[in-house]
Amino acid sequence: MSRRKTERLLNLVICLLATRRPLTAEHIRQAVPGYDSANDEAFQRMFERDKNELREIGIPIEVQKDPWEEDPGYRIVRQAYELPEITLEPDEAAVVGLAARVWQRASLAEAASGALLKLRAGGVETDETGGMLGGALELRVDTQDPAFPALWEAVRDRRPVRFPYRVAAGESVLTRTVEPWGVVSRRGKWYVVGYDRDREAPRAFRLSRISGPVVPAGRPGTVTVPEGVDFKAMVAPRDEGPVQRRTAVIRVREGSCQGLRQVAGAVRPAGEGWDELEVAFADPERLAGWVAGFAADAVVVGPPDARDAVIRRLKGVLA
Amino acid sequence: MSTADRLPRLLALVPYLMSHPGAQVPEVAKIFGLTEKQLIDDLQLVWMCGLPGHTPGDLIDVSWDGGEIVIDNADTIARPLRLGVDEASALLVALRMLSEMPEFGERDALSRVIAKFEQAAGEGAATVSSQVAVEVDGAALDALPVVNEALRRARRLSLRYYVPGRDEITPREVDPMRLVVVDGRSYLSGWCYRAEAVRLFRLDRMLSVEVLDVAAAPPEDAVPDEVTPGVFRPSPTDELVELELTPAGRWVAEYYPCESVEELGEGRLRVALRARDQGWLLRLALRLGDTGRVVSPSSLAGAVREAAAAALSRYESVA
Repeated sequence: MSRRKTERLLNLVICLLATRRPLTAEHIRQAVPGYDSANDEAFQRMFERDKNELREIGIPIEVQKDPWEEDPGYRIVRQAYELPEITLEPDEAAVVGLAARVWQRASLAEAASGALLKLRAGGVETDETGGMLGGALELRVDTQDPAFPALWEAVRDRRPVRFPYRVAAGESVLTRTVEPWGVVSRRGKWYVVGYDRDREAPRAFRLSRISGPVVPAGRPGTVTVPEGVDFKAMVAPRDEGPVQRRTAVIRVREGSCQGLRQVAGAVRPAGEGWDELEVAFADPERLAGWVAGFAADAVVVGPPDARDAVIRRLKGVLA
Repeated sequence: MSTADRLPRLLALVPYLMSHPGAQVPEVAKIFGLTEKQLIDDLQLVWMCGLPGHTPGDLIDVSWDGGEIVIDNADTIARPLRLGVDEASALLVALRMLSEMPEFGERDALSRVIAKFEQAAGEGAATVSSQVAVEVDGAALDALPVVNEALRRARRLSLRYYVPGRDEITPREVDPMRLVVVDGRSYLSGWCYRAEAVRLFRLDRMLSVEVLDVAAAPPEDAVPDEVTPGVFRPSPTDELVELELTPAGRWVAEYYPCESVEELGEGRLRVALRARDQGWLLRLALRLGDTGRVVSPSSLAGAVREAAAAALSRYESVA
């Protein structure tokens, strides 16, 4: 955008804010410098583009069409334009300062700093040191996934999307069409949750498995988030439900396998430099992955399926 | 800076100058992320704009004599534009995340701020921000109050800390400096007397933690650890390790920062990563079983096979 155009747009904003009654395009053409030199057609195009640009940065332009007038009138209603009066107590200012820093290195960083700038411009003093929290607390969200910005927009605009998605086993990439309800971060991983049109059921998708661009698959405003849907429950792993836990008996060399010892329900000496641990587990494969990592320092005595799972893994290494 | 951002900036700059009469050029430039020259250029542009008519009495009056900025005749745009949906949502999501932090001391201020912003932001932003959530890890709940107390009272901590990479539990004395929450996971950044350096400690890996009756006194030049990019921070001098993963082993690329990830077809991957610890790599390779294979260095590949063979022989002898 050239300097001339910025000037024209700023004058246009002032003109539309200052007027009490809606102004016709022709009136605006006379009042705002920069339009005067254009011919009719060029002016129409310029004015259309300018209105769109103002709307894009969030300026509400009201269009009024009176039956007795041939041309529509335009104006900006002050109340819809202006930041409402906000005052923050010192403790509130500190909290806002802390919150604004959360997105520092993430895709919403610009939005957060833009918000802060508007607040300050409105005379709201935020406390960027975190105030009484005195720099002792820092919260941050990282949104490295390339799909994040597109999904944030889709959720914001209530718009269905389509994206290539690698299924858990990783062998194939399928196209998914999803009505996005929300984006959730759990343990450092982002998920989009919503209605999966292909499987006709609510589903959660991990952003790191989206292997290509996220594209619109419908018009804005066409997604409805069901009442009372619990996003966090949708991304909770299945093994957090009631599962049957069993006990494995594992022999570990004395002084080794600190991690296993921490979760053991019981530890007893087994002689000849070994201890025997009782470790609760649900999934033998998960347990086997962990135990195999300790190599010759840990041996699963039982149950047989857990023991076999470790043996299979170790043989797999040698295969 | 692109001029597309310039109009929103001017619409914040004018109100800022109105609410901060006599503001200094260097200070304002810093707040708006501009050089002094860019700021003067903005002021010159503003000075050319004003109400329709554009007689001297209609134009905005700005002066910056002696570096002190005085603005007048800009009442039409004296208030900043209201917060956009993205701007308000970025703040609200961060504020809601703060409210999820157990033990967060400013809960009262937080709920007041959330209410104020929800009102100021309008319905759109309030809705979007409730659709984006960052879950705060519950695994660290035991340690959090103790760490908070130490930070608040500036006291030294004594902890038993588990390092999974080395399968090691070590006693540490730490002068706490900052609680850092990244993507919902909590870390303590502090001066570790064992390492004689600033270290990060994950709260869910503190097996025990207590506040000592000793004042925390980290060296004056100690800076809280940066948690970016990613907490897993190998040094470039660590050896580069190449792994080949089957579809079932792809999770490695999602969980650990890889320097390169190459698709090999049929869902298989070749990844290269650096890790500080050989023991960690060995455990990872054993855990992968037949779903991953060390390609290089050959010394590591050999060590993995040896460890697997030694572990398997245990199963033959214990059976």
